[in-house]
Amino acid sequence: MPVKVAVRATAAHVTSPQPRGGTPPPRWRSRKAKGLAYAAPTAVFVTVFFLLPLLLVGQMSLSDWPLLGGDRGVNAPENYSDITDSTLFWPAIRFTLLYTVIVTVVLLALALLLALLVQESRPGAGFFRTVYFLPGALGLASASLLFWGLYSPTTGPLSRILEGLGLVDDPVSFLGSPTSALWSTVFLIVWKFAGFYMLILLVGLQRIPHEVYEAARMDGASRAQIFRSITLPLLRPSLALCLLLCVTGSLLAFDQFFILTKGGPDNSTVTVVQLIYREAFQRLNLGTAAALSNLVLAALLLLNALQFRGLRRADES
Amino acid sequence: MGSTGSTAGPRGHRRRLVTGAIALLATASLVTACGSDNDGSGGGGDRAASAGGVDDGTELTMWTRAATRPQSEALVKAYNASHKNKIELTVVPTDDYQAKVGAAAGSRDLPDLFASDVVFVPNYTSSGLFADLTERVDALPFAEHLAQSHIKAGTYEDKKYVVPHTLDLSVLFYNKELYRKAKLDPEKPPTTLREWDRQARAVDALGGGVDGTFFGGNCGGCGVFTWWPSVWAAGEDVLNEEGTEANLASTASKKVYDTYRGWVRDDIVAPGAREETGTTWTGIFPKGKVGVMPMPSTTLGLMPKDLDLGVAPIPGPDGGKSTFVGGDAIGISATSESADQAWNFLAWSLGDKAQVDVVAAHKDVVARTDLASNKHSEADPRLVTINELVAEGRTPYAMKFGQTFNDPNGPWLELMRHAVFGDGKSVEKDNDAVTASLAD
Repeated sequence: MPVKVAVRATAAHVTSPQPRGGTPPPRWRSRKAKGLAYAAPTAVFVTVFFLLPLLLVGQMSLSDWPLLGGDRGVNAPENYSDITDSTLFWPAIRFTLLYTVIVTVVLLALALLLALLVQESRPGAGFFRTVYFLPGALGLASASLLFWGLYSPTTGPLSRILEGLGLVDDPVSFLGSPTSALWSTVFLIVWKFAGFYMLILLVGLQRIPHEVYEAARMDGASRAQIFRSITLPLLRPSLALCLLLCVTGSLLAFDQFFILTKGGPDNSTVTVVQLIYREAFQRLNLGTAAALSNLVLAALLLLNALQFRGLRRADES
Repeated sequence: MGSTGSTAGPRGHRRRLVTGAIALLATASLVTACGSDNDGSGGGGDRAASAGGVDDGTELTMWTRAATRPQSEALVKAYNASHKNKIELTVVPTDDYQAKVGAAAGSRDLPDLFASDVVFVPNYTSSGLFADLTERVDALPFAEHLAQSHIKAGTYEDKKYVVPHTLDLSVLFYNKELYRKAKLDPEKPPTTLREWDRQARAVDALGGGVDGTFFGGNCGGCGVFTWWPSVWAAGEDVLNEEGTEANLASTASKKVYDTYRGWVRDDIVAPGAREETGTTWTGIFPKGKVGVMPMPSTTLGLMPKDLDLGVAPIPGPDGGKSTFVGGDAIGISATSESADQAWNFLAWSLGDKAQVDVVAAHKDVVARTDLASNKHSEADPRLVTINELVAEGRTPYAMKFGQTFNDPNGPWLELMRHAVFGDGKSVEKDNDAVTASLAD
């Protein structure tokens, strides 16, 4: 308690009005002004581009907010309670989760494999690092369009190549069935992002001291044992970052499905974000779309918080 | 306390600044609000302006969708070359058009003129996006000859809001060379769905990469555009007059689905139909390997010159003929401040010269029934066939058209796919889902 009193006293002292005129302001005040000046641009940026839109979405989600015309009266909590009325809602959640699991497992496994292959500085390693990373430099929409062209059974070359090789008799419908549409999209994403995640893991691998490996070899550890007991545990921070990015990105999947499948065939590849887009721009109802967006935001915050918590625990242990 | 309300010193200066900023913002808001205020009368232009509008060198903005870009570009180019007013045309990707118009309407940032897929027009007119053109349209000397299905789609509460801009009709295209090879008469296109089925199968039997027909099996808009005319040709309707109830489980409808399902089952359809979302469905026929398929009339001018093809109306199961009068209708946005100048373009675009020398010259469908036969169409009987269909075709009317029929995740596409790629037994149930969406 005496400490608090002392602190208050100090605060009272320093915040008391200063005489105007000749006396220069105390040093702390100048520092505070400087600090505020430095922080101001970021504060303005965050307020304008993050906080205000967030507030607007909050307001939208409680209102009847048609994209075209109409009154903007209150429509709460119907915007939230009506979400589950859509027959696509639960299938979209199930599909998004399934897609996230598949992409995360396949993508991280492949990225780790690629990173292990090119981690040593031997001849050609630089070339392969560049080649693996190149698709990552392409925009997702462009890559999706490229694969849409490749997959087309009428105009694309893939089907013709497979026919030419005698592997199939009829043109292949890569996006024609729910299963093939899902795996064709997964293939695109893995092709596009494996190099990017490889780069993150490569940095992680190169931070592991060589001495640790040498000591393990001296102790007679096998390659599998080294990988299991040294590489994986020491790579955990990089793997955790990749996991966080991959899970979040997959749960927000939109571009690839919008371009490749449009949610088809037979609504089998509708993701949650597509549902938001549909609600806003097909059904022209921004209120429900905003409510759905808020739910997705809340779910992602919760998931990220859990992941961070798990990571911190792992670090502490 | 003494500083409260004081305007002296740094705090007073800050206060003045803040007060000034707030006043400035408030003034700006008021000015913006006043500037964007409208009563749907077309931007407050002088009513005394002639029926032809005003050509005083105003710069106008206009949006059109990519699907009808060539026609819009040709009209704008010809107008800019012959008038003082200048139009800056923006072509928007077709799939993004609704979203862009919606967002622009929300921020009151619509262009002076915007065309729209005619099936979305009721949604826009009822939302107050277009200016009232009733008096201007009625004053046109050829008003009664304008494509009435477009005028009807753009009429809301007895007021006319749009005029036809680019007409796109669904018609059968058939490859005469393949018909000859299949021992079919190239001058006798199908007049019933049964004949169409027989001819498609005959061509498909040629083999060697030749297929009988093709359709966009994962494209709701394509289905609406090419399947519904067969139902109309049978004398049935697909929607009630208000566009709130579907009649897509009717006898004629089922006959249409059954025919398409038979083609899928017997592999009469070119590869890719099952996943065709509408992006490339018109690119199959020009390759010369498909016998007979329905397509937009606007593709006629884009066909290879060496492709010997004929066009015919889309028949019903047992006869009759019809077409979907699609394409774009155009109106002046309710927020435009240059309504008279914008009308100058619209009135000119519907006149004899523009319709014949620009639209017909590009082998496109004219927007007026009295010009169905003109110097260009007479040189190509296929154009007369198409132009004459305007009077017989229909444009469906429904407020919820987009979310029901064009939405790739909507109930109509489900009905289509169940009926054609499935066993066709869920048509009644799927029709109820379509009705529910229309009445939503």
